[in-house]
Amino acid sequence: MMFWDWELTAEIWPLLAEASLVTIQATLLGFCLAAALGLLFAIGRMYGPRWLSVPLAGLIEFIRSTPLLIQIFFVYFVFPEFGVVLDAMTAGVLALGVHYATYASEVYRAGLANVPRGQWEASVALNLSPYHTFRDVIIPQAIPPVVPALGNYLVALFKETPLLSAIGVLELMQTAKIVGSDTFRYTEPITLVGLIFLVFSIVAAGLIRYLEHRLNRRVTRP
Amino acid sequence: MSSPGTDPGPMPMVRFDKVRKAYGPLVVLDDLDLDIAAGEKVAIIGPSGSGKTTVLRMLMTLERINGGVIWVDGEPLTAMPRNGTLVPADRGHLRRMRGKIGMVFQHFNLFPHMTALKNCMEAPVTVLGLSKDEAAARGRELLEMVGLGGKLDHYPAHLSGGQQQRVAIARALAMRPKVMLFDEVTSALDPELVGEVLNVIRRLGDEHDLTMLMVTHQMGFAKEFADRVCFFHGGQICEQGPPEQIFGAPENERTRQFLRACLEAT
Repeated sequence: MMFWDWELTAEIWPLLAEASLVTIQATLLGFCLAAALGLLFAIGRMYGPRWLSVPLAGLIEFIRSTPLLIQIFFVYFVFPEFGVVLDAMTAGVLALGVHYATYASEVYRAGLANVPRGQWEASVALNLSPYHTFRDVIIPQAIPPVVPALGNYLVALFKETPLLSAIGVLELMQTAKIVGSDTFRYTEPITLVGLIFLVFSIVAAGLIRYLEHRLNRRVTRP
Repeated sequence: MSSPGTDPGPMPMVRFDKVRKAYGPLVVLDDLDLDIAAGEKVAIIGPSGSGKTTVLRMLMTLERINGGVIWVDGEPLTAMPRNGTLVPADRGHLRRMRGKIGMVFQHFNLFPHMTALKNCMEAPVTVLGLSKDEAAARGRELLEMVGLGGKLDHYPAHLSGGQQQRVAIARALAMRPKVMLFDEVTSALDPELVGEVLNVIRRLGDEHDLTMLMVTHQMGFAKEFADRVCFFHGGQICEQGPPEQIFGAPENERTRQFLRACLEAT
């Protein structure tokens, strides 16, 4: 028996390519959710009234301290007990997004805290509403410095999408497992999945570096 | 503009009525009484830690007061009348009152991610509801007035300190305040850039009937520009009067000491 079967490789390649689209979809949707929700978490925790900031801090700590796999199972298998029935992909994206939102919120927190106090004071002096202060003054200054850190979480989230195979999402890992159990060969599918992840991670890291460069050029500080 | 039932008579533009400010046990301002007439230009001088910047910051609602009432344009600033008594102001009242006041800071506090013109347009568009075109026209006019008509599209990082401070003045003026506060606006500048900022303020005083309140270390400018000079010491007004009196014949020993120290430093 040969170690590597090129024929099988050619045969399963289209399947894996298709599955990689599911992986990318889950990554992007999950990250968009994490990025948006993370910002809301950070703002609510830092500037919200006590009745909001205290429970929010507890929730964030709770989500960060429990394994993502358990959260994925919880959303998929336990939510239906409360009448919330989600398909596997939606449940997976939701769990990934909320989990990484808690990490993203810590990153945003650092970015927000680094905006100089004078910017807030100028906003008060110009009578800006809290909404416009955040939208136009604070957030545009808080985010560019934390783009690299957020980008790292994009790659980290991407690499955790195989967990979605546990609830049967037909992403790369799940597809590879199915191929394996059909053909009794795991070397090719699992290796290919690893390679696909490697390529995407490298591309994503490059894109983040490019974006970081662009943002640094645009936002110039005195 | 004044609310019935709270205004006993003609009011100055700004009135501090027994205003108290303390940080814990540290009393910064002790029962401050100060009236400033409409159009009056008042310079506040004094040693550091005397509470002079706090006066401006309270007026801009950047600091909460611990007692007394500040009146602006006939209305209480951080309180509002309800059923014959004063209750803490709600957000709407606070924002309406803030609109009467503009402030320029020691460290400019320009928005670094906006051009000079965008800095001047942000609040007129989002707060006053001006259209982009109207706000741009107003911003352009004001930036020309402060001598920066050619720098509209420059970011703050590409402007000198003096230029940044002039943008900050234009930005504050774009909101058409009745009272302008200047908080040590030349202290962070290189000496050769101080003049251009003071010239702008001088012109502002000549051409508009703005009420101006400035904390300054530029004694020469205070002497020439102000209608009245207040010398602060230990959270109180130690001495006040026309500049000729304060700088020419100060009555208080503390004032004399302070001015002597200032003179030696220059």
